[in-house]
Amino acid sequence: MRLAVDREICVSSGSCVSSDPAVFDQDAEDGRVFLLHEAPGPEHRDAVLQAVHSCPVGALKIVEDG
Amino acid sequence: MTKISKAEAEYPSFPMARSCPYGPPKEYEEIREQAPISKVRLAMNGREAWLVTRYDDVREILSDSRVSADITNDGYPLMLPVPMEILKSVPRALFHLDHPEHTVQRRLIMPEFTVRRIDAMRERTLEIIDEYIDAILAKGGTVDLIEELAMPIPAQAICELLGIPVEDRHFFHEYVAGILGKDSDPEQIAVREAEMAAYIERMLVERSENPGDDLVSNLIVRNEEDGFGLELAEIGILVRAIVAGGHETTANMIGLGILALIEHPDQRELLMKDRSLASRAVDELMRIFSISDFGTSRVAMEDIQLGDTLIRKGEGIIASLAAANHDPDLFPDPYRFDITRESVRNVGFGHGVHQCSGQTMVRMQLELIFPRLFERIPGLRLAVPAEELPLKNDSLIHGLYKLPVTW
Repeated sequence: MRLAVDREICVSSGSCVSSDPAVFDQDAEDGRVFLLHEAPGPEHRDAVLQAVHSCPVGALKIVEDG
Repeated sequence: MTKISKAEAEYPSFPMARSCPYGPPKEYEEIREQAPISKVRLAMNGREAWLVTRYDDVREILSDSRVSADITNDGYPLMLPVPMEILKSVPRALFHLDHPEHTVQRRLIMPEFTVRRIDAMRERTLEIIDEYIDAILAKGGTVDLIEELAMPIPAQAICELLGIPVEDRHFFHEYVAGILGKDSDPEQIAVREAEMAAYIERMLVERSENPGDDLVSNLIVRNEEDGFGLELAEIGILVRAIVAGGHETTANMIGLGILALIEHPDQRELLMKDRSLASRAVDELMRIFSISDFGTSRVAMEDIQLGDTLIRKGEGIIASLAAANHDPDLFPDPYRFDITRESVRNVGFGHGVHQCSGQTMVRMQLELIFPRLFERIPGLRLAVPAEELPLKNDSLIHGLYKLPVTW
């Protein structure tokens, strides 16, 4: 799967980082999301789906699944 | 006199009372089944508003950019006993700002609450928890955990976050106790709020001259260096919002969470056997209690189609977090307290741009407090029958006034 994040709408809730800290991180300067892995392996699938669903503003997208 | 049609006259009154510490008002279930988005009449001012009760609808409306959180908008579902003239005369805090002001202020504070920053506070938070448990054990007999644990721990955590010097902390703790106590009257609360505002104002001036390593200094420096363009007074309002948003909610969750774990020994044992369940246990407690049910009220800035319902521009919307969190489509057997529940993330911290900015910090505190308390005082039990515990039914945030325990 391939991910994309929209930093413009990110509100720094941190839910993605708590869902999967190996895939998502927060910029120390502005608190907003950045990806540690744009194409995380299948072992991250469940946690990434949870992160995408729990993002309060829909800033995370799966742009290519499989 | 305006003629009210029969159907309108019969809109249920809002808010509805919770009958027990757990779960939302009973009426929500029937409303969700029969007409999940339906009109209610506000007890405060007799105005109508839409009550939204399904999980998907609540999330959809809270992330819709066409709703406003502006409490001074005439359509906003007002739940506070404060006259509109007064609300309009004071600057709105973060909770009630819209884009772009909200975005600017949220961005200014959020670097203080990143997962990494909060993780770095874990060790110190556990020390604070232990200090208060030590004091409880030393006291013995019957102890009110609201007064001795639930109120002081978040207050102490905020003191340290804001960098309030040790000699001023008693003032801060007294402020919290004075605001949250059962016997606090509005006049006393107003006095304490004014004292806190003045204290924060002085602190801002000091920190602008002498910045230290604390949240207040960081906000002042970031505002200046990164060109956020806020006035010092606006930062003061932001700091007060952090204080207001951070203590009562957390304190209430601590009290209710302890109650739930005392009353559900099977769940408590699960948690004590497997500490990795702490995060899910906190999620489940947030869901079951949904202590801030209608803090997520909004007003429609345009006509909005939500499911089958057309919400007109200017109409008030109550996106009920407690109702959403008990939607059986997402949370089967919703009234059962089950810390092993594998379900979607609940909306206990809200949803959309206003989702709780302190949630990572609150989660961390709660994840540490519950296992630690029952580890150190395994025989903890209620000192009065559960039915006699005083619920905060008169407050905007659900909670307990007292939690007398013994062991």
